[in-house]
Amino acid sequence: MLNAPVQPMHIPDGFLSTPVSVTLWIVSVVLIGYALRRVGRDLGERQVPLMGVLAAAIFAGQMLNFSVAGGTSGHLLGAALATILLGPWAAIVVMTSVVSIQALIFQDGGLLALGPNLFNMALIGVAVAYFTYTTVRRLIRAEQAGILVGGALAAWLSILIAALACALELALSGTSPASLAVPAMAGIHMLIGLGEATITVGALGFLYSARRDLFLTSEAAATGGKAVWITGLAITVLLAILSPLASAHPDGIEWVAKQQGFLGTARDPLYKLIPDYMFPGVANAAVGTILAAVVGALLVLGAVLGFAQARRSTKA
Amino acid sequence: MHVHFLDPYRSLVSPIHALDARVKFALTLAFIITCSLTPMAAWPAYLLLLAIALSLEILSGLGIGYVMKRAALALPFALAAFPVIFSSPGQVLFTLPVGSWSLTASLEGLERFISVALKSWLSVQAAIVLAASTPFPDLLQAMRAVGIPQLLVAMFGLMWRYLFVLVDEALRLMRARAARSGHAADASLTPGGTVVWRAKVTGGMAGSLLLRAFERSERIYAAMLSRGYDGETRALPLPPISPAGWVILVGGTVLLLLLLLVGFVFGR
Repeated sequence: MLNAPVQPMHIPDGFLSTPVSVTLWIVSVVLIGYALRRVGRDLGERQVPLMGVLAAAIFAGQMLNFSVAGGTSGHLLGAALATILLGPWAAIVVMTSVVSIQALIFQDGGLLALGPNLFNMALIGVAVAYFTYTTVRRLIRAEQAGILVGGALAAWLSILIAALACALELALSGTSPASLAVPAMAGIHMLIGLGEATITVGALGFLYSARRDLFLTSEAAATGGKAVWITGLAITVLLAILSPLASAHPDGIEWVAKQQGFLGTARDPLYKLIPDYMFPGVANAAVGTILAAVVGALLVLGAVLGFAQARRSTKA
Repeated sequence: MHVHFLDPYRSLVSPIHALDARVKFALTLAFIITCSLTPMAAWPAYLLLLAIALSLEILSGLGIGYVMKRAALALPFALAAFPVIFSSPGQVLFTLPVGSWSLTASLEGLERFISVALKSWLSVQAAIVLAASTPFPDLLQAMRAVGIPQLLVAMFGLMWRYLFVLVDEALRLMRARAARSGHAADASLTPGGTVVWRAKVTGGMAGSLLLRAFERSERIYAAMLSRGYDGETRALPLPPISPAGWVILVGGTVLLLLLLLVGFVFGR
């Protein structure tokens, strides 16, 4: 109960190849450096106490849990909550502090793998949450409904996309075949994301009734977040498309295929994109989970759009 | 209730504890990078790296048992690498029939899996020794020396200072929830309310925690202002690294480079 949960998204050292680690370190350092400058400009001297204490609060908030079933429990990760309340730049800084201290002190995630972990959780998590939340807020006119629906979607999608990035990094490093890592990570995190979404909605609902002004200030702080919005959109679309392709590509399965004498059918690269050419179980599960994710997200988005349209027409 | 036991630092007297935090930090990173760069299946190199890790654990007075217990926390992640046993092409070891098709394990795949698990295990041991033998303020100093922006280091410091306060706050919230909730001695009985309701209660707690943190940060900011804070993070200049520290830094780096060479000779 007292230990922060061991989260399957924190990659330990040894699992990523050096090129993958170094590349993501460089990306993380550049973007976090920029976020630090932005936050310094927006908050000035309040930056250090506010960011430090909120990072501690997110860390402590990860200990709050609720029982789900059979001894498992749901936890909060907090990237979406931080993004909604603080705006993207401050959220990046807060999540950077949280993830760094987890790695440095509690060995939750490796030190060399800290760059990739920051990339997944502080950068991708925040960008996707920001993109999702602002989009939903623009679509749903009603303030409270927009905040809650946007918060739920942002929490769920940011967890899922960050997990997909994590799986692809493992696959790129040759540590885990994409055909297994992607559906496994996606499947687990679709469930973890549900817990994240409900807790986030609970927290936002509470804050909305207690301190509505916080939502106004966070909207003001988010001006100029267009680049983050576009990045979030790009990452979401790219990973949602890239992951099923990567997992359908029979990099590892090809080996099994050779053992089975099926390689003749697998050799044609065109076939590689067709998932059910050989092992319906594995390859279909890979694509199926991702497709389910995309279709689910689109359905919710469609429902939201319809809802917004209906409201607008009744007002007009 | 205070959660000082969250702090992994073990206050002991040992040469490792006495070593300059900057040297320790740099050498820990070098050790982990060496682990990462060592090729697959370079068994002699892994053995030598393990020997270094184990001797550091004994030398630091932490004991192998303590480090192993903490290192076990990172083990479940090894599952992520497990499938490579069956997905890497190479010499066939054995074949497991699974339903209508079969899994074929290869020697190369097995070697790859063991290598990844070993590298991860070695790296986490080094990180544990660093965290358990270095007080946090010294780690902050080391981070500053390595070139991490002063601003970020200041935030880490403040976060660490208030981490325990806010964890206490979170524990109070959880205690309040437990005091207001029914509890069955039989664990198989389902807890009250629906899952969504329980999650919403937890969400309310998280929101409350954040709100308290916001308000606390305002008080802290006011207190800092009243003590002359002007947005500048000042720190004492770092003392020079002692000659002995330099010897250990250079010696350790050379040793790790040699080990890397061993790795490249034996690995593939």
